[in-house]
Amino acid sequence: MAFTVICAGSLAATAQTVVDSTAIKLDDVVVWGSTNRKEIVPAQRLIGAELEALSSSSVGDAIRYFSGVQLKDYGGVGGLKTVDVRSMGTNHMGVFYDGIQLGNAQNGQVDLSKFSLDNVESISLYNGQKSDILQSAKDYAAAGVIYIRTRRPQFAEGKNYNVRASLKAGSFGVINPSFLWEQKWSARLNSSFNTEYLTATGKYKFRYRRVLSDGSTAWDTTAIRQNGDMEAFRLEGGLFGRLNDGVWNAKVYYYTSNKGIPGAIVNNVWKTSQRQWDHNFFAQGQMKKSWGRYELMLNGKFAWDYLHYLSPDTTSLYINNVFRQTEAYISVANHYSLCDQWDVAVTADYQFNALNADLANFVYPKRHTFLWAAASTFEWGRFKAMGNVIGTHAFDVTDVHRAQCVGKLTPALFLSFQPVSAITLRAYYKQSFRQPTFNDLYYTDIGNISLEPEFATQYNVGATCQKRFGQSWHFEGKVDAYFNKVDNKIVAIPKGSGQYRWMMMNIGKVKILGVDVSAQTEWNLLKDWTLNLTLNYTYQRARDYTDPTDNDPASGTWGGQIAYIPWHSGSVVGNLRYKRWMLNYSFIYVGERYHNSANIRQNHEEPWYTHDVKVGWNIHSLSLSLEINNLLNQQYDVVLNYPMPGRNWKCIVKYGF
Amino acid sequence: MHSKIRFLILLLCVACRHDTEVFLPEVEKVAEGEVLVDSASQAASNTFLPVYERVEGFYLLNEGNMGSNKSTLDYYDFSAGQYIRNIYGNANPHVPKELGDVGNDLAIYGGRLYAVINCSNKIEVMNSQTAERIGQVDIPNCRYIRFSGRYAYVTSYAGPVVISDEYKQRGYVARIDTATLQVVDTCVVGFQPDGLEIADGKIYVANSGGYRVNNYEHTLSVVDLQSFRELRRIPVSPNLHHVRLDNHGQLWVSSRGDYFAVPAKLYCVAVSTEEVTDSVDVAVSDFWLDGDSLYFYGTAWSYVSMDDEITYGIIDVKTHQIVSRGFITDGTVIKKPYGIAVNPLTKDIYLTDAKNYVNPGTLYCFDPAGKKKWSVRTGDIPAHIAFRGIPKKQ
Repeated sequence: MAFTVICAGSLAATAQTVVDSTAIKLDDVVVWGSTNRKEIVPAQRLIGAELEALSSSSVGDAIRYFSGVQLKDYGGVGGLKTVDVRSMGTNHMGVFYDGIQLGNAQNGQVDLSKFSLDNVESISLYNGQKSDILQSAKDYAAAGVIYIRTRRPQFAEGKNYNVRASLKAGSFGVINPSFLWEQKWSARLNSSFNTEYLTATGKYKFRYRRVLSDGSTAWDTTAIRQNGDMEAFRLEGGLFGRLNDGVWNAKVYYYTSNKGIPGAIVNNVWKTSQRQWDHNFFAQGQMKKSWGRYELMLNGKFAWDYLHYLSPDTTSLYINNVFRQTEAYISVANHYSLCDQWDVAVTADYQFNALNADLANFVYPKRHTFLWAAASTFEWGRFKAMGNVIGTHAFDVTDVHRAQCVGKLTPALFLSFQPVSAITLRAYYKQSFRQPTFNDLYYTDIGNISLEPEFATQYNVGATCQKRFGQSWHFEGKVDAYFNKVDNKIVAIPKGSGQYRWMMMNIGKVKILGVDVSAQTEWNLLKDWTLNLTLNYTYQRARDYTDPTDNDPASGTWGGQIAYIPWHSGSVVGNLRYKRWMLNYSFIYVGERYHNSANIRQNHEEPWYTHDVKVGWNIHSLSLSLEINNLLNQQYDVVLNYPMPGRNWKCIVKYGF
Repeated sequence: MHSKIRFLILLLCVACRHDTEVFLPEVEKVAEGEVLVDSASQAASNTFLPVYERVEGFYLLNEGNMGSNKSTLDYYDFSAGQYIRNIYGNANPHVPKELGDVGNDLAIYGGRLYAVINCSNKIEVMNSQTAERIGQVDIPNCRYIRFSGRYAYVTSYAGPVVISDEYKQRGYVARIDTATLQVVDTCVVGFQPDGLEIADGKIYVANSGGYRVNNYEHTLSVVDLQSFRELRRIPVSPNLHHVRLDNHGQLWVSSRGDYFAVPAKLYCVAVSTEEVTDSVDVAVSDFWLDGDSLYFYGTAWSYVSMDDEITYGIIDVKTHQIVSRGFITDGTVIKKPYGIAVNPLTKDIYLTDAKNYVNPGTLYCFDPAGKKKWSVRTGDIPAHIAFRGIPKKQ
């Protein structure tokens, strides 16, 4: 039972070698199987070979292929990339790295450009939440979740180590070597060690152009993107163990980077000099064990983050600030199967965050967050249900403010029904909220301690259709329609040219009506030929209901589409494999949108679309690939005045034994 | 079948990317046209403030949020009663990246329109009749502009840097030859100088020290126009902003306060003694002098109402008394007043609303009795107004 669900959910697994995929699936069954059978809301997932075939260097690039997702991308190798799912805003998304949430109490944004795909095995996106009953309260708490899972050691029969080295090089002066070593120490203990280095000049040509009404060129200017250089180093080590009726793993992660921040391109300013240095460290562990019908999961994490921002520009405000964040987290999740159909779970989490900055008048905030969740799943024939309620109690302590307390209860209900074997129907309702971040509340001069938490309410109905036609053709289609409401929306407006500094406004109400459609199909065309095709389409009407007085039908913000959310967006990925060869084509389309909810011509942004192609070849332990991205050399901005790269290429060599 | 193809073509037209056109100005009729001529043949004697024989219109400079490159120029034409939005692109279609990022001051002098574009590090110099570009003067982090003789004087934050733990950076005043558009001399003043005024052969510069939180400047720098060197400092109050001369030899200086202990306030400095003679206890964000009336507005954050508290008023510069508290009488609510001007002939009051800084703003026109005459959409953060007209000979 579990096996078939997983198999259907991860088409890509079939593209891997038989030995590999069996190992992954068997492992999945052992670890996740008992819960996956009750998956009510399906994930969008990119796994293994599928992920590798895409022309993506970071998690941020890959996530663009999911429906319902908008990526805010400042361009370049080190440019900030944050994800917005179903227009609810970045801060409503939980991003989990190997099972535990990545935090950023300072600004709540996880920069997905920092997470390399080098060692990533799968990326999954769940709207609402993962319908796995044994999970931490934080898994339950966000409006949507992204799970990044790094590769876990798998060993072929009779082998007790894997070594892999790879080198990527290409445009923007990128040189990116990496090394992986996995060792099987015993039947119960494996280890993994992975490291990666990246250097780039970050230089690329960009072009801005305007025409007159007769179509002739008004102005046309080409320049080289400056100050986008980057150097980064990542080190990850993990231990993976088995217990009787259980598993555990522990890992350490360290990332450091030194990069220029290219800044906005405005009249008379073609170069900036801001820089940023990062150190991110975390150590985390997870243990799962079952005793008959009872299952226990423990999670723990300690994280330390350092950010040094320097604006040495002698023409503007000199800024030289260091921010240090500490996070400690512990979670206990308990799951009990009352009977085969009925499960209950209770989870409790505690998290501590502290921010230290060398800003004038800084208040040194500390936050204690207690979360608990009570959940139950019920399965009755073709009907499945999951309900949960989450309690969040948080209080902040600062040097000057009394404790600021937040206490909220948020419920969620998920239902699914399978009328015939090929079709599954689903519906869910979920409430969630996000706390104002430390920057929102306490940043000197910008912070506003009167900010309220920001609420999101989601209603979703959807259907999945799956069908296999003989041995050679498999099809899966999903459609979801949703209505989301965001109240008390905290709006961040970039302040200055520093990408992490914002001006806070607790304005807002947004109503989002959307449809996500995705279709995936696999043909085994002829002997040795396999074609995979994935289509995603998203329609979103995300309207700003903040200011009822600003209601001019032509220019008012009332009812206007919110900033940077296109009405139409989508992607197409085609993947063709023949023996040792692989050809991948991917297309991303983002339709017209406005950079402000006053939907006037001055705020209009043209659609953009890129075509990426990748060719790969492998023999035994060696694989070579070449990718050409933005094949038609389209010149576009995702964020106003942050030009994106035109045509660029990369070649990748991997060798493993 | 045919309709399917048509639909596909239509879809492609909508879905595909187009070249972006240079913005054509948007014209809105907001009022009846009027001819503004001062019938009195003789100008009042010895006035510092400009006196017009005829006022044709005014330019409005929209700042645009930092990094957006959306500083734009609008124009109001009195004779047509028309507001013309976004005129720069059409007047200068071949200038890459248009007017620039964050307009900070606007003035007309000698038939030319000068726009100080702070984050584009330049003064844009245009023909005051057509807004056609004549050239630019590169001055990093430029703030405000004034004129005397053949020179323009511009304050800048970007003076010499003292590399130390404190990283001190003084500001300066640049002297620009309006004939050649070259910076011919600079004079170092205090930290982060903002407004400046020229009176009696001297330049008075309001030093803010705005980059130095908790350690603001509190002085006016006095710069000798002849030698172009700083003579002395006049202590006033922390974080000075605007400084303007009235017709009675008095400088009106606004202080932002230190946002903690010292409140924002308006000060009066006598040019003759170079000393603070009086202060008016109002938080002034910006003001406009017209004859003996000083029209001001102030926005101060209130922790009681958790909102901006907005005040409007008129001060009689002769008596230093507040003669009016609130020159809007019809209940019109402005969310974030950001610019003020008074029509020198009709005494109509123009107030801009910058709203939340990212949405398009609004320009309001009130008659002297405080009733709204009209309002119109502007660009983002409408802020600085300069009248175009024919000055009276004195």
